[in-house]
Amino acid sequence: MKNLNRIAAIGLALTITLGLTACSGASTASTNGSAEPADTASSGDETYRTLDEIKESGEINIGVFSDKSPFGYVDENGDYQGYDVYFADKLAEDLGVKANYISTEAANRIEYLQTGKVDVILANFTVTDERKEEVDFALPYMNVSLGVVSPSDSEVTSLDNLTKNAPVIVISGTTAETYLIENYPDLTLQKYDTYANAKNALENGNGVAWVNDNTEVIAFAKDNSGFKVGIPSLGSNDTIAPAVTKGNATLLDWVNKEIQTLGKDQFFHKDYEETLVDTYGADYEEELVVEGGKTK
Amino acid sequence: MPDLGLEVLLKGSNIMRLLAGLWVALRISLISVAGSIPIGIILGTLMTGRNIVLKAILKIYLEFIRIMPQLVLLFIVFFGSTRMFGWQPTGEVSAVIVFTLWGAAEMSDLVRGALISIPLHQYESSEALGLSKTQTYWYIIIPQTLRRLIPLSINLITRMIKTTSLILMIGVVEIMKVAQQIIEANRRSSPTAAFGVYLVVFLLYFLACWPISLLAKYLERKWR
Repeated sequence: MKNLNRIAAIGLALTITLGLTACSGASTASTNGSAEPADTASSGDETYRTLDEIKESGEINIGVFSDKSPFGYVDENGDYQGYDVYFADKLAEDLGVKANYISTEAANRIEYLQTGKVDVILANFTVTDERKEEVDFALPYMNVSLGVVSPSDSEVTSLDNLTKNAPVIVISGTTAETYLIENYPDLTLQKYDTYANAKNALENGNGVAWVNDNTEVIAFAKDNSGFKVGIPSLGSNDTIAPAVTKGNATLLDWVNKEIQTLGKDQFFHKDYEETLVDTYGADYEEELVVEGGKTK
Repeated sequence: MPDLGLEVLLKGSNIMRLLAGLWVALRISLISVAGSIPIGIILGTLMTGRNIVLKAILKIYLEFIRIMPQLVLLFIVFFGSTRMFGWQPTGEVSAVIVFTLWGAAEMSDLVRGALISIPLHQYESSEALGLSKTQTYWYIIIPQTLRRLIPLSINLITRMIKTTSLILMIGVVEIMKVAQQIIEANRRSSPTAAFGVYLVVFLLYFLACWPISLLAKYLERKWR
């Protein structure tokens, strides 16, 4: 599998290089088919569609997750739902166009924007410096950070005074693992491959606490009595924001203004109450929601 | 009986969504099979010919397709063609293109192998019996080649059906993606549903591939 990944990476790199060199002369043609995103033709050399072009076509292509409940998922009737989708519906409504949802994966979100196959990505996209080089992020609409959950009777509220004999549970390959290795080098980490194994380990008392994305630990504590989120946000606070193709200034400006306007009506609080409250409970609303694009 | 969480399939239109997903996977693979078999037969026959340049080109084509993982090919056609030429093929069209290219390449090698496996004395004997070149091929070579090809091509066809599970990476919602959507949408209410849903997916893939195997068995017996 490692080899496959490497070959895949080389292949992708190749296409991207080839693509970039050939890109200057490329004009985006459009073909008309039934199941395809609305007309992606654009004036000039750009792959993206400007605000006016989207309005004209009557349809906005929005990349969302289709299997990440409760942020973007498909319900039993085949309709897209979730915190991201609730916002996406509002975007399309206020733009006066129909929302055309495209199911994206974590690994192909940037590619979708760069090839103009979607106009906006609203797939729980965390803002990072590396991604800023590739796409343009609008104002944030949600916070994410790490969280620590532990048994209620021996709640861990700080990682600073944990001893070597108090192992902390993490899932390998997550941001939690990287963060702990960098910032708490003296901690004993107990690493598990899957969510299910880490969960079992905490329940069996193999570790004193479990560090993971705060949304995950909050949901876990809500579902399992006897566990409490001792530290709801740990380390650097990241944000989730919509992203558009790099350089698509007209659309970016409109989305930013829209987020600011929606902030006046506490739109994202309403969004939270409609879509996230079942999973995370009302206690963490202020922790997770970013209103009007303003982080605290 | 462990809890398989099968009740999630009864919610709303979930069963129909899963079947629609299966149809997407089958439609793409069957169109590709229909395209790749004739192309593969032509290319395979050309590979046994005497034109060295043509043979070299076909060999490079075959090796390129065989070495590249299908996922890379899908990305090249779906995203790469937009970057390079500004084309916007849909996910399904990209999938059909990739699967046809792949199927034709593999098929051509199978045809080449089947053709060269017919011993030279078969050609010589039929010539000695006074059969023309066309008659030799029609009555002697092609029937034997076809029989040798059947198990190999069935293997290829079922592989193509199963490999459609990769096309979710280019945004095509097929059976695997629908299964993941159903599991995730019910992650909290039925956390054990993954096993049951994937079991049903397995059964559906099986039901799709089994008739093809049966047909192959029948043909092999009939053409003995």
